[in-house]
Amino acid sequence: MMLYQTSQLTDRSDDAIRSNMRNLTTVGLILGALTGLSACVQVTAPDKPIVINLNINIKQEVVYRLDGDAKDLINEEADIF
Amino acid sequence: MFDYMKKNKALAVIGGLVLTAVVAVPVMAQRDPAYAAARSAGKIGEKPDGYLGYVTSPSPAIKALVEDINIKRKAAYTRKAQETNSTVEQFAFTSGCNLIMRTAPGEKYQTPAGTWNTRDASDPVRDSRCP
Repeated sequence: MMLYQTSQLTDRSDDAIRSNMRNLTTVGLILGALTGLSACVQVTAPDKPIVINLNINIKQEVVYRLDGDAKDLINEEADIF
Repeated sequence: MFDYMKKNKALAVIGGLVLTAVVAVPVMAQRDPAYAAARSAGKIGEKPDGYLGYVTSPSPAIKALVEDINIKRKAAYTRKAQETNSTVEQFAFTSGCNLIMRTAPGEKYQTPAGTWNTRDASDPVRDSRCP
């Protein structure tokens, strides 16, 4: 690796400094991209179909709250139950 | 005076009997004989969702009967759900818990896993959320 003293960098023409900076930026970008790639989370599609259980909307506390009304209805309309 | 009271008492008794008969008729509304027969024969049974289901492939008559009852049930659940600020599914499910509990020995009910069981003297297999 090349080491520059401040005077060496500043003594150069603008073009040379820009060129060095550009090279450093390129190296940084490539390193960053490589790091990003290696850190990728691998996601594989499940082999089973995704099932969404609609019963999740029915909570036990709701069932307990409605229990009395359900019993009343069954007694009131005995012909359809 | 005494006669007058006696007459009133008789009228009151008759009135009471008439009232009892009028009030008792809707309460006494019972299952249609064809429905009761299909139930006890195990052709149809109670499902956890609060509706009737076919245990065996239904005849057209039984299919019509079950569809008719399920439509009436849905109407009743919808009305009660509005009254209780719940969803039709929630009210139907709660009713299903009760209906499975009330099945008589020999009648069929569906377990949460989907299999049809015959009710016996022991408690039926129900959803864990049932009271």
